[in-house]
Amino acid sequence: MKGQRLLVGLLLFAVLLPLLPLLVWAVSGQWRYPALFPQQLSLRGLKLLVDPKSDILLGLVTSAGVAVAVAVLACLIGYPAGRALGLYRFRGRRAVQFLLLAPVIVPGFAVTLGIQVFFVRYHLSDTILGVILVQLLPTVPYAAIILGAAFANFDPDYERQAGALGVGPLRVLLFVTVPLLRPAIAVAALLTFLISWSEYILTLLVGGGQVKTLPLLLFAAIGSSDTTAASALAVLVIAPPLLLVLAASRLLSGSSGSAIGFGRL
Amino acid sequence: MITLTGVSKTFGDTTAVRDLTTDIAAGSFTALLGPSGCGKSTTLGMISGLLRPDAGEILFDGRSQLAVPAERRAAGLVFQKPLLFPHLNVEQNVAFGLRMRRLNRAQTRERVAVILERVQLGALAKRRVGELSGGQEQRAALARALVLEPRVLLLDEPFSQLDATLRAEMRCLVKDLHHESKVTTVFVTHDQAEAVEVADTIALMLGGRLAGQGKPEMFYTTPPSLAAARFFGVTNELPGAVRAGIFTAGTAALRRPTMLPDGPAVLAVRPETLVLDNSGVNDDRLDGVATAARFAGTHLAVDVQLADGSVLTVHAALSTPVPVGASISVGIPSAAGVVLAAATQEPPGDGGANG
Repeated sequence: MKGQRLLVGLLLFAVLLPLLPLLVWAVSGQWRYPALFPQQLSLRGLKLLVDPKSDILLGLVTSAGVAVAVAVLACLIGYPAGRALGLYRFRGRRAVQFLLLAPVIVPGFAVTLGIQVFFVRYHLSDTILGVILVQLLPTVPYAAIILGAAFANFDPDYERQAGALGVGPLRVLLFVTVPLLRPAIAVAALLTFLISWSEYILTLLVGGGQVKTLPLLLFAAIGSSDTTAASALAVLVIAPPLLLVLAASRLLSGSSGSAIGFGRL
Repeated sequence: MITLTGVSKTFGDTTAVRDLTTDIAAGSFTALLGPSGCGKSTTLGMISGLLRPDAGEILFDGRSQLAVPAERRAAGLVFQKPLLFPHLNVEQNVAFGLRMRRLNRAQTRERVAVILERVQLGALAKRRVGELSGGQEQRAALARALVLEPRVLLLDEPFSQLDATLRAEMRCLVKDLHHESKVTTVFVTHDQAEAVEVADTIALMLGGRLAGQGKPEMFYTTPPSLAAARFFGVTNELPGAVRAGIFTAGTAALRRPTMLPDGPAVLAVRPETLVLDNSGVNDDRLDGVATAARFAGTHLAVDVQLADGSVLTVHAALSTPVPVGASISVGIPSAAGVVLAAATQEPPGDGGANG
């Protein structure tokens, strides 16, 4: 038991160690080789984050808004797809499963280049709506697969039982099916949120640089070789997902096996 | 009252229920009995509204239910599995239907408390459903259906997964609850002993058809068909023929008056009505050889091979000395057995015979 804890601690340390210089960089003004510690500390990086003149606050709001919208939409689309895949045996089920995976197998970059024409035609390029729609490409498959696995272990007789207790289909969905699948839905939402949060190339292609999410700003900062700014931004990009995963693991722990590992952090 | 008229249901190329017509009296406790695959659960599904019949009509108190979805039929359904919602505790499970009906909190709490007490789960109201035993789960499921005060209570083999003692307890509970509430109850089971014990009416289904409906005694004294008699434990069949109102067994000088028309027939005799008889008290006797005597708890089951090779099973008192291998005589009391048409084919789906 004690040895196991030590092992987990070491593992966490090894995973989090590379993040340490990032934190130091974010608050350093000057840090040149071969010094072990920065020669000069500065709050410039952190000030940049809250500076209303920089795009960073807007980027944070945009990123969060896009990621939440993508997570919600991906789960809404993934729900019926997962239900069909998990509960029913039908002709061509495997083909549908494969097609669902296709956007994950084929680089989203290639797919987006192909469908960008349509985004332009329907005036969706350079818009937030367009970015949200294009980010459904890499997220819906995951939502459908996670929910499909949950539905494969779901007994639809619960729904029949609720119906026999005088509850209509919509309320069965809200008060029986969704609560029973809550861990899987939470995992699907979390995962799709994370994918959207760190998406760069699709946002750039469809958003055309007009929709500035945090990864775009981060790449720009890295490009300008302002390490302090880039590190401060990187911390901002990393922190919310990390906090979210920690919070989710607390909520999901012990709830069920369908939480696929998220529950055991 | 539940009325089914010409109800049929087909799944793919198998007909689960064909042309079923029956009345289930208001306030009755009817067992829908039959072997697995006879269509009894399908019939229950159609009464509850979870399944839609391909043909026919279903009426509750004279009102058609075909257009009424399951959630709006006044029928409570308890499945074989308890299907308690795992995200709710016992009390919340039982309150679920009332909460969905937006009954006010005070009344909901009161009705839930009363019914939980009635099914002896009052002390477990706050338990998570995962902590209940099988019998407790099924009682909670029963309470969840009954708290809605349905006009019809439908039970789909609700105790088949419980062990024998619990099953007997649950039977008593359901019987008592029915006695108190007088709610029309339809109970699906494949166990004829259970049906006989718990129900006041049995509707026997064989091969998707109604094979007779009536009081439990009827299936013992005057079974509607040979198939029905077999399902209720008739193991001895003496083939013969009917001519001019008299049945004559093929192998023995055995005669019985009958109302059946002329044709091949069978004297169906329950093993417990036969007697081992070497003293010649009975008018009708068949001679044979005892080939086996099996201990069956409350009696001995004795196999007697007759001269023509057929075997009769006779239940005898445990103290009876049975010389296996020796000649023995089987007495057939004049009240034993019932003459039935030979089972050349299933009788046509007769609606509610002997109702």
